[in-house]
Amino acid sequence: MNSPIYIMWLRQLKRTWRSKTRLIASLVQPLLFLVALGFGLGPVFQKAGGGNYIDFLSPGIIAMTILFSSMFAGMEVLWDKEFGFLKETLVAPVSRWKIMLGRTLGGATVSSLQGVLVFILAIIIGFRPSHASLIIVSFFFMFLLALLFTSLGTAIASKLNDMQAFPIIINFIIMPLFFLSGALFPVDNLKGILADIIKINPLSYGVDALRHTLAGVGSFSLLLDLAVLVVSTIIVLFVGSKMFNTIEI
Amino acid sequence: MLGDNIIEVKNLVKRYGKIAAVDNITFEVKRGETFAFLGPNGAGKTTTIKILTTLLHPDSGEVKIDNHPIRETNKVRQSFGIVFQDPSLDDQLTAIENLEFHAILYHVSKEIRKKRIPELLKLVDLYDRRNDLVKTFSGGMKRRLEIARGLIHHPKILFLDEPTIGLDAQTRNFLWNYIKELNKKEKMTVFLTTHYLEEAEKIADRIAIIDHGKVIKIGTLSELKKQTKSKDLEEVFLKLTGYKIREENVNSKEAFKTMHRGMRR
Repeated sequence: MNSPIYIMWLRQLKRTWRSKTRLIASLVQPLLFLVALGFGLGPVFQKAGGGNYIDFLSPGIIAMTILFSSMFAGMEVLWDKEFGFLKETLVAPVSRWKIMLGRTLGGATVSSLQGVLVFILAIIIGFRPSHASLIIVSFFFMFLLALLFTSLGTAIASKLNDMQAFPIIINFIIMPLFFLSGALFPVDNLKGILADIIKINPLSYGVDALRHTLAGVGSFSLLLDLAVLVVSTIIVLFVGSKMFNTIEI
Repeated sequence: MLGDNIIEVKNLVKRYGKIAAVDNITFEVKRGETFAFLGPNGAGKTTTIKILTTLLHPDSGEVKIDNHPIRETNKVRQSFGIVFQDPSLDDQLTAIENLEFHAILYHVSKEIRKKRIPELLKLVDLYDRRNDLVKTFSGGMKRRLEIARGLIHHPKILFLDEPTIGLDAQTRNFLWNYIKELNKKEKMTVFLTTHYLEEAEKIADRIAIIDHGKVIKIGTLSELKKQTKSKDLEEVFLKLTGYKIREENVNSKEAFKTMHRGMRR
């Protein structure tokens, strides 16, 4: 294998592997969510007839982990700008969309791996997947979700020059995406504007797909989840590579 | 085809807001020559190099690299190697990984990579450190590695944007000797900028002096000395560009970044 896309992907993986502490530190927040919310709200959830809250919550927290780390993967573009390495890739005789795609695939691989790690943590805490055979399907959805948000983060980063502004902007986007996605609560009986917002939030479909495949429950159909995720990933990748293409240094 | 121009620049303009960083410049670089592009801070050197290397779009004018207009980006990019003013290595990768990465981006086949990369690492005296992370390298070692990297794909032109900033005399001497040798042996065109005028004096076949985004004079060293009645390049330079100290007024952010990187190195 010696294509530019592959080497960009490989570089991303090597960099992650060499800063393992960052990888491990990024698991603390989801773990905290799982423990505090899972055990804290679990009894209330159960009393209200919602069933086991850890089972309900875990897919949502996996989606959260992927959302956060995927969007922040865009930060790598800014690091590369700051440390000059971006120039090396921008003057190479390779179409920029390949550079963008390779980076994005690399970032997405890393954050879906984080999703898998949180999945394992959840099992340790007491999460029981509903169908063993669907676990592998859930991994596919984790990757799809990671791809969507890594390309979004990368696209945003390609338009920014300010290392300090990036986390602020990203937080501004991921917080509403996360809280208004049904990651923490069931969306079936919601009405009004909140229900509408959840329906236009692509993360809702990612959470739903993970819940279908891992907990055996869901609000939309799995096919709709797949369609929404694939279409929005293609759109963001397309727009993102256009944005990446116009980077000037 | 020896003897023709490998770089042709015609009426090139690049503005940042109201300031013209490059103000209607025209020049050619001949195939196989060593061409020095000199000017005070903020004269427009780096902007010009960025346009020639497809990192920036010009506002107007025509640029051809190896007979290809710069909008044919992939052909143009394959034809040159570049050592940037600031470091541009991935310091989380090892020396050999940086070179491998570059070679793959430049479509160098596996057989050639296997031969060429160790060869270049030995040439720049980094072979023993090939498996070390670049973040453990000194400034001089990084520079040597960047030069090796710029040469992997046998470029027809090597751009060097102030490649010797912050390096000791030994490293500078080594680099210029090596580059001059490549220029002679492989007929590789060298386009360089530097603030060390004695370096340009030693190595350049022709010299262009640029200031306020305009080319003031182009010629061989002896032509420039004769025309300005000067004894050396420094005198030529000062007579043409004035004795006043410049602020880097092109872009204060750029200046800050340069300073920042200098400290990091």
